[in-house]
Amino acid sequence: MLRVEDLHVAVGGKPILQGVNLHIKPGETHVLFGPNGSGKSTLLGAIIGFERYHITNGKIYFKGEDITSLSVHERAKLGIGIGFQRPPVLRGVSLGDLLKVTGSEENKVDELAESLHLQSFLERDVNDGFSGGEVKRSEMLQLLVQNPDFVLLDEPESGVDLENIALIGQSINQLLEKDGYCGDERCRRKLKEGRNKAGLIITHTGYILDYVPADLGHVLFDGKLSCTGLNPREMLGCIQKYGYADCTHCLA
Amino acid sequence: MQDELRQKAQKALDKSASFGEEIDFNSFNAKEKVHLYLDNLVDLPDEEKKDMLIAGVDVSEKERTGTFIQEDNSVIHASALQDGLEVLNIGEALEKYDWLHDYYWNAVQIDADKYTAKVGLEGESGYFVRALPGVKAVYPVQACMFIGQEGLLQSVHNIIIAEEGSELHLITGCTTGRHVESGMHIGVSEIYVKKNAKLSFTMVHSWAEEVAVRPRTVTVVDDGGVFLSNYVCMRPARTVQMYPTTYLKGQGSVARYHSVLVGHPNTDLDVGSRVVLQGEGSRAEIIARSLTRGGRIVNRGHLVGEQEGVKGHLECRGLMLSPEGVIYAVPELEARVDGVELSHEAAVGKIDQEEIEYLMARGLSEDEATAMIVRGFLNVKVMGLPEELEAEVQKAIALSDESTL
Repeated sequence: MLRVEDLHVAVGGKPILQGVNLHIKPGETHVLFGPNGSGKSTLLGAIIGFERYHITNGKIYFKGEDITSLSVHERAKLGIGIGFQRPPVLRGVSLGDLLKVTGSEENKVDELAESLHLQSFLERDVNDGFSGGEVKRSEMLQLLVQNPDFVLLDEPESGVDLENIALIGQSINQLLEKDGYCGDERCRRKLKEGRNKAGLIITHTGYILDYVPADLGHVLFDGKLSCTGLNPREMLGCIQKYGYADCTHCLA
Repeated sequence: MQDELRQKAQKALDKSASFGEEIDFNSFNAKEKVHLYLDNLVDLPDEEKKDMLIAGVDVSEKERTGTFIQEDNSVIHASALQDGLEVLNIGEALEKYDWLHDYYWNAVQIDADKYTAKVGLEGESGYFVRALPGVKAVYPVQACMFIGQEGLLQSVHNIIIAEEGSELHLITGCTTGRHVESGMHIGVSEIYVKKNAKLSFTMVHSWAEEVAVRPRTVTVVDDGGVFLSNYVCMRPARTVQMYPTTYLKGQGSVARYHSVLVGHPNTDLDVGSRVVLQGEGSRAEIIARSLTRGGRIVNRGHLVGEQEGVKGHLECRGLMLSPEGVIYAVPELEARVDGVELSHEAAVGKIDQEEIEYLMARGLSEDEATAMIVRGFLNVKVMGLPEELEAEVQKAIALSDESTL
């Protein structure tokens, strides 16, 4: 689904990422850990193509296509979506109007808004006066309407209270086609094999992992992915024990 | 009385206005044709019907409670469609009602500047629109000021009275015929909102590139009265200068000004809104949105608090969509007693790249994203315009929206 090769990214002339390699297959959900300022958001921004993240070297492939020089809009059209950590306020643009333009199945908007308790927000300007939790639910609603094949989530649980984390988790699962219920192992396997949607999630606390099953964890440190491979929950425990710098202990 | 007014006007003929380029009346000396009165609006030429529609005036009179049309300096139509509403030519109204002389050159001073003086000295035409006490108009009365002749000076004097407890909506569309490039429009409007009455006054300017415009409007609001003023100027005009003022005389009276200005290259807009809060508990809000594609826009706002406990807020935002052009925001707050609450916020800049990328990440192209943000910025929805007029305004935005980023 997504392949990042030797990616170097600078922000305002300052190198942030220095050779990131990442491969996410269809159906997989990866989790990105790393200390503040390590460049996690930079990696997401570079994958979606935001202007301020300047790619100095390396390639990004999506569904086999080199997207390194495509615009944000072209990447979105190919099926990449992103949930913002701190999205801007759009004055005079109501959430409902925005969803009308971005969604293909308009009739589902109300239903989805209801599931995220956002019905009364459709009339309001996007993100204007939204609380931390409301911002995150609105991001999830926008993504569910957009329905991308590959989703980037930047701290989906930050600023969200405990009750609403479950709600956010549920909608991430819906987005990643992980919301089907299975009683036995065979069904679970079948579900997994049929799944195509993939995602990359940044989390500091790991709370979201209580709700969203993820396949692989990575630690971004010194501009590179230093530890890759463990189950994200185990990796989180290990980081708590050894710290980000020495996460390699966990892989041994 | 008339002589006294004429004398005052005569003396003020050289008096410059406080703002705006000095206009030489001699550049607009086309000899005017007299246009005949039309009983039936269907008889208007199709071309003119279309031109008027752009400024929000629909001659089919669908969802309208009255129509007034002035072509050049002739009143060609004036009629009311709802009982309790009056739509007359101002001259006729002054003959009909003696008391109207108390309202005539009362809110606006005839010697305010050379433009008011000019209107005072010209043979005047213009509308008199009135809602009788307690009458609530469902739909707006529409008025059109139409310049059909090249190089003409159009002079207009309007009086609007919303009597006690009434509700009146007025849309004034000002426009030129499609072949007209140059002209001048001076419009004096005196507006009276009586006790507990509500008036919404929407003005759409849709002029041509060499037109000079000098409206002079003053509103007086009584106890419990509400005055909502909307102003939209989207199309090029060489120079527009106006500073409509409202005196909130009455207890608990309210005024809200909302203006949307688009500056095109070679367009100079100097537009302000002023509210003087005099009545106990009176409140005012001024909202302005300016966007330039190369023209110069001066956006003024002035709140004057003359009574303890009054509240006013002024919000002025400007968006530069071109490296050319100027947006000059001048918000002013003036407290004349203590205990007034006046505030303002002003911001001028270009579209935030982050907002554009946010929308692009949702699948919009850069142009679509820009258009959406500009539409949101101008947000004509909050003006509460009638649906089709809002659609016209939206269309005007879309037309002037070839992204010049």
